[in-house]
Amino acid sequence: MNIARKYGSLIYVVPAALITTVFVYYPLLLNFIYSFYEFSAISPGKVFVGWSNFKELLHDEAALISLLNNVKYILISVFFQVILSFIIAAILEDRFFRKVSPFLRVLYFVPVLLSVTIVAFIFQFFYDPVNGLINQSLAAVGLDSWRQPWLGSSDTAIYAVIAISQWQSMGYTALLFIVSLQTIPKDLYEASSLEGASKVQQFFHITVPQSKEIILVVLIVTVAQSFTVFGEPYILTGGGPGYSSSVLATYLYENAFNQDRMGYASSIAVVVFFLTMAVLAVQLKISKTGERS
Amino acid sequence: MNFQLDTIKSDKNVPRPDSHVDDGRFSLNGLLSRAGYTATSFFLVLYAIVVIYPLFWTIINSLKSTQEIYTSSWSLPTTWEFGNYVEAWNGGVSSYFLNSFIVSTSSVLITIYVSALCAYGLLKYRGKGANALLLFLIGGLLVSPEVSVVPLYELMQVTRFHDTYLALIVPYVAYRLPITILLIRAYFLTIPKDLDEAAYIDGYNSMQIFHKIYLPLSKTILITAGVLTAYYTWNEFLFAIIFIDSDSLKTIPSGLMAFRDALQTNWGVLLAGLVISATPLIVAFMFLQRSFIRGMVSGSVKG
Repeated sequence: MNIARKYGSLIYVVPAALITTVFVYYPLLLNFIYSFYEFSAISPGKVFVGWSNFKELLHDEAALISLLNNVKYILISVFFQVILSFIIAAILEDRFFRKVSPFLRVLYFVPVLLSVTIVAFIFQFFYDPVNGLINQSLAAVGLDSWRQPWLGSSDTAIYAVIAISQWQSMGYTALLFIVSLQTIPKDLYEASSLEGASKVQQFFHITVPQSKEIILVVLIVTVAQSFTVFGEPYILTGGGPGYSSSVLATYLYENAFNQDRMGYASSIAVVVFFLTMAVLAVQLKISKTGERS
Repeated sequence: MNFQLDTIKSDKNVPRPDSHVDDGRFSLNGLLSRAGYTATSFFLVLYAIVVIYPLFWTIINSLKSTQEIYTSSWSLPTTWEFGNYVEAWNGGVSSYFLNSFIVSTSSVLITIYVSALCAYGLLKYRGKGANALLLFLIGGLLVSPEVSVVPLYELMQVTRFHDTYLALIVPYVAYRLPITILLIRAYFLTIPKDLDEAAYIDGYNSMQIFHKIYLPLSKTILITAGVLTAYYTWNEFLFAIIFIDSDSLKTIPSGLMAFRDALQTNWGVLLAGLVISATPLIVAFMFLQRSFIRGMVSGSVKG
């Protein structure tokens, strides 16, 4: 009876444990194994090739470009989705904007609700070299020389793609910041304005230090998402022209499903896995040091 | 995770410090801060325009003929082509809509029920390795779906899920379980123990306690978790393009790709299709704003 009561409750855990094991952990493990093989989706045979996929990856220029594009994604996303979005959240929480801020919060959040396909299609119209609104606006204000085939030029394609992600995701991180800013005790601000501190001083001396934790969380989420981004570049440019706007996830997809090099794609996935793990390890380290101090 | 979510809409009632700089009519500080507020207001309006204009443009142009989108995409339509919406709906969007609805609803119901069961089991389990078990169940949070697409693709072929609704529902459930278990478990921990002891004495078995006490008491968090799952499944893109081949089974994010290719240059209809596809989540957000925000916030604070 006692044992039945003690272990009987495990029965409730079984469905979740089973699904997680079969569809999350087992594929993850298989992926590591597959990265040492060469195989195609059509033929059943798999050939063991040792480290050769990884050796090839080291000298693969397209893989390097993809990785660097992920890094560009990270740098720009951190600026817009962490720094700028935090400033916007702080502005919206200022008492001066109290009347408009509920409305603006919702407005800024709308892009978050759209599927990546919708957003990509809308901006494809805007980026159109001839009829697109961006080039037409530039022409209208006399900046003809700035006109670009935004998605068609290997100089601008990746930035045009990254820009869309910022447009879509800033409202999300701003929301996370707003919710956290509302927990900062109000008397901190009262005391400092009695001492004559300006809004900017308050921002740097109260708002930022009080928000360390949420800034770290949003930073980690943003970086992790930038390492795994797929939809935007896939739909807008397919990684092109050439590989100029390719990221690791689109390069993985390209190898797996267009070139049918499943083993090589698995080795790219292993790299993505370790990159995201490294980010999480950094998070763990920082939040632990934070606890100690 | 101690965010005060209830304050998000009620900041009118929260007294804020009246800064002295604001009312100093003759001071330099006052002038500076007024200029500062003008500049920030300008910035907020500019950002609002950047956000809203593309959406406004899409709606306006979804009511034009293709010809007019080319010649005058900035202006209002000369003739309002509401027929674009009918054509988009009949030309495939209705089927993507239905597929998204089926996949999302099934994924949400299964995810929530399996997670709640699991959270309940974790709560009751007092044996060895309880912590390890918890870590195992929520460890999936650290695995991004991109990493496993190759083996998953193969697994979908082997299980014959490929190109059926199950090819989406099962992976969606699997990848949403960890965060949902975490959310529901945190809530279950706050339910007083004496409640189920009383029910136990009344002759309820543990399954009945789960269904008649835990589930009803946890409605709020179940809705929050459900909204979060629905948001994810409605917009998921990677699995949707890899695991489904048949046009008749595609969900909105992947279906719109096929829809565009089939239309070639019928832009008005395409834009109408985009507007239709965007509407459900925006409407849902308007009605379930609080659950959405709570879900988004707790969903981001991984681990």
